[in-house]
Amino acid sequence: MTTPATGAHEICVEIGSHPVLLRTPDHTYRERLANRYAGFLTDGSHADLKFDIDLVAPLDDMGDDDVEIEVEARSGIWRLRRSDFRAEWDCRAGRGYIRQAPTPYSTDSILRIVHTLLLAGEGGFLLHAASCIRNGRALLFSGVSGAGKTTISRLAPADTTLLSDEISYIRRDGTAYRAFGTPFFGELARPGDNCSAPLGTLFFLEKGFENKIEAIPKSEALRKLLRNILFFAEDPDLVKVIFRSAWEFVERVSMSRLTFLPDERVWSVIR
Amino acid sequence: MSERYVLRSSAIASRLLGGEMMVMSATDSTFFTLNEVATTIWQAADGHTPLSEIVTKSVCRAFEVEPETALQDAQSFIDKLSGHGILLVSDQPLELQPAGSPEAA
Repeated sequence: MTTPATGAHEICVEIGSHPVLLRTPDHTYRERLANRYAGFLTDGSHADLKFDIDLVAPLDDMGDDDVEIEVEARSGIWRLRRSDFRAEWDCRAGRGYIRQAPTPYSTDSILRIVHTLLLAGEGGFLLHAASCIRNGRALLFSGVSGAGKTTISRLAPADTTLLSDEISYIRRDGTAYRAFGTPFFGELARPGDNCSAPLGTLFFLEKGFENKIEAIPKSEALRKLLRNILFFAEDPDLVKVIFRSAWEFVERVSMSRLTFLPDERVWSVIR
Repeated sequence: MSERYVLRSSAIASRLLGGEMMVMSATDSTFFTLNEVATTIWQAADGHTPLSEIVTKSVCRAFEVEPETALQDAQSFIDKLSGHGILLVSDQPLELQPAGSPEAA
């Protein structure tokens, strides 16, 4: 990888109380990022990580159209690779370099991966789940694509605060957990609010012919949870860390199956 | 048939949860839920105890099952898990791998 580009155009994106500084020599791209992450911007004085971004077009040596993500660690350096980007990140130095296509979509994907790695070290994770705050508690609605994450978000009463309709951000908070808003969105096409709340219940979504909440065995909850945690690194030690984090989460958090009809009445059974 | 020895791989993460052993391969993230009999074999897979002894002393004592049937089932079980690399199988005793010991909830 070549020498990192430097430039004066910085932006600091803070998600889940993890500020990440992005620096690009391209003023226009900085503005695009500012627009993409509006609501999640902060000053960069306390950034956990700093990335220099080098925009490249065309993507000369970035391979074919394969969208498979590769994430690996060697000698304390994380290497992230997809057809539209290459990135390196020195964990100890907190510095990284990104070479990517000139689209925020690429930066967005890199940020998701970076946050999965940041959270893995502290017992948290990103989860395929919609999330919102209601009555001071965060509710999570997890499921694969098509399970109803965006639908449940769209049907939410006016007194709920949307955290995300697609990717939820979970951090340890002492012996409990806290859910944070993210700019990562799904079909709803709007970011969550930049706020957080103690985690209440995680619901695993299933579409059905009635609205009902059922308890599920912890073993099933663990299996479903692991299926929905975002994790990209093929690193055996980190897989063990994620497994342990998931197990601890299952032991501490209330989890149920929510079968629902896609209309607003579902919210009358959610407690 | 020669004796077989089984040992939990160190490249796994495992937890006993709600009476079931949950095992995940750290190399390919394959996930397994073991039933009670399989959990008994899993917990006894220390690399030194022959499989036949695990079956007679652990499985047959804990569950009402004939030794021959239990051994057949055990052979099938360890073949499946060894195929995913989460159990090591040998006709010689195997060295214990510290990181492979199961963690009980």
